Amino acid sequence: MLDDYFRQYGLIAIFAALAVAVPTGMLTISWMLGVLGIRPRKPDAVKNSIYECGFATLGGRWSGFNFRFYAFALVFVLFDVEVVFLFPWAASFGFLSKEFGVFVLVEMLVFIAILVVGWLHAWRKGDLQWR
Amino acid sequence: MEGQAVKAGFDFLGIYGFFDGLMPESLDWLAFLVAGFILAFAIINALVVSTAVYTWFERRALGKFQSRLGPNRWGPFGLLQPIADVVKFMSKEDTVPDGADRQVFTLAPIVFVATGFLVFALIPLGSNDWLSRLNIGLVFIIAVTSVNTLAIFMAGWSSRNKYAMFGAMRGVAMLISYEVPMALAIAAVALASQSLSTYTVVTNQEVPFMLVMPLAFFIFVAAASAEMSRTPFDLIESESELGSGYHTEYSGMKFALFQLAEFMAPIIVSCIVATLFLSGWRGWGPIPGQVWFILKALVVLCALLWFRATWPRLRVDQIMEFAWKGLFPLSLLNLFAVATEIQLLRDPVTGALTDSDMWAMAAINWAITGIVFLAVSRMFARKQLQRPLPKPSPLANMGAEAE
Repeated sequence: MLDDYFRQYGLIAIFAALAVAVPTGMLTISWMLGVLGIRPRKPDAVKNSIYECGFATLGGRWSGFNFRFYAFALVFVLFDVEVVFLFPWAASFGFLSKEFGVFVLVEMLVFIAILVVGWLHAWRKGDLQWR
Repeated sequence: MEGQAVKAGFDFLGIYGFFDGLMPESLDWLAFLVAGFILAFAIINALVVSTAVYTWFERRALGKFQSRLGPNRWGPFGLLQPIADVVKFMSKEDTVPDGADRQVFTLAPIVFVATGFLVFALIPLGSNDWLSRLNIGLVFIIAVTSVNTLAIFMAGWSSRNKYAMFGAMRGVAMLISYEVPMALAIAAVALASQSLSTYTVVTNQEVPFMLVMPLAFFIFVAAASAEMSRTPFDLIESESELGSGYHTEYSGMKFALFQLAEFMAPIIVSCIVATLFLSGWRGWGPIPGQVWFILKALVVLCALLWFRATWPRLRVDQIMEFAWKGLFPLSLLNLFAVATEIQLLRDPVTGALTDSDMWAMAAINWAITGIVFLAVSRMFARKQLQRPLPKPSPLANMGAEAE
């Protein structure tokens, strides 16, 4: 048998393959029903036009989006990367702080404090306000 | 104690041992594949069936909450409603709008459902090894749950529909905002249990973490109910504004897959909450661990349903501000409060945290939680008085001049 490490990841791989296969299979069955003529498949121009509350489509069918999403995405990227650094620290905090004392806690506090300054700046600039 | 009574062998090693005994020595890999496949198949099927039952339960309970009937025609108490739904979805026409990106349009529901399933691979249902005991379970859960943001964006973008696009963009903004406090709340769990594996989180959880760090628990539940975009946070598909959001253009089986994933989300969240904060399969007496786990998950599930039935939908600016100005600083505060308490309270020589240390942490954290809740509710309550005047959105006629 595989050793423990590869066994865990192998099981995840099998599970992932099956997790993709189940919805794909459901869509395939639905498609087969269409091919066999069990469920209707009669597309026409009105049915295939995009839904807009019954009106004819106004303007282009592909709209842009507001710029304010951009600021949120940037702040998110900043703090999501921070979380990646936090997890190994959190998991080994017990071991590390036994070795190095209070230094481990203070160092992470300094790191987060620097990021929090950026967060406060974003707040003051009004980027966290949905306008 | 935990789960000793259930040794039916329905764990990976039991199944593997059975098939390994049937096959010659050189076919070890085949036994591994078959055993893994059977286990994964059983888990996915259990999840799909329980989701089907849960759709009935949720609609029925919401009906009771709102003084109406809910589904009651098919079978006793409408119990056969999920089957009728499946038959209906199967026999509906599957339309794809003109100009839609067909590949992405088809892929989006698959991605959405598959990520939902994948989280469940790491939930330890009992003390024996159910599927996988990955040593980075918590990171895996965060990584996989954030993929459904991508699925929502794929669905909205590929439909080429304005409402779908607005729903998807709002959804992405909201989901990524709530992901940060959720991940920080989970980091506090990793800190207290000193491990990233979901299995070890439960074995190290002598006192349920809900009692030890209530702030992390409340943040996680709030952020998770935003992540699954249910009613206090259901901006993504606010029917009155956006048609039905990112899946406006979907029909037939693809729509059914979106519904499956959306109704599966509360089950998954309640299992994660039971694992991380309610000490998983641990319990008292001769009752097997699996029963304890399911009971705890059911309590959380009913609480989530209760939230959904009780609260009205929040406004979009309230939602974004609650994430960035409310939950985010609170989750940082909680993380460092827990770290400082561990630093001060644990045994300086061995580095171990005893039960009494945990209870001391619980007392401190409940005090912090109370003070912080008062402060935050005062802050957000004052905000309510100065509501901005509604002005017409510049998006309202976007593209109309471009033609």
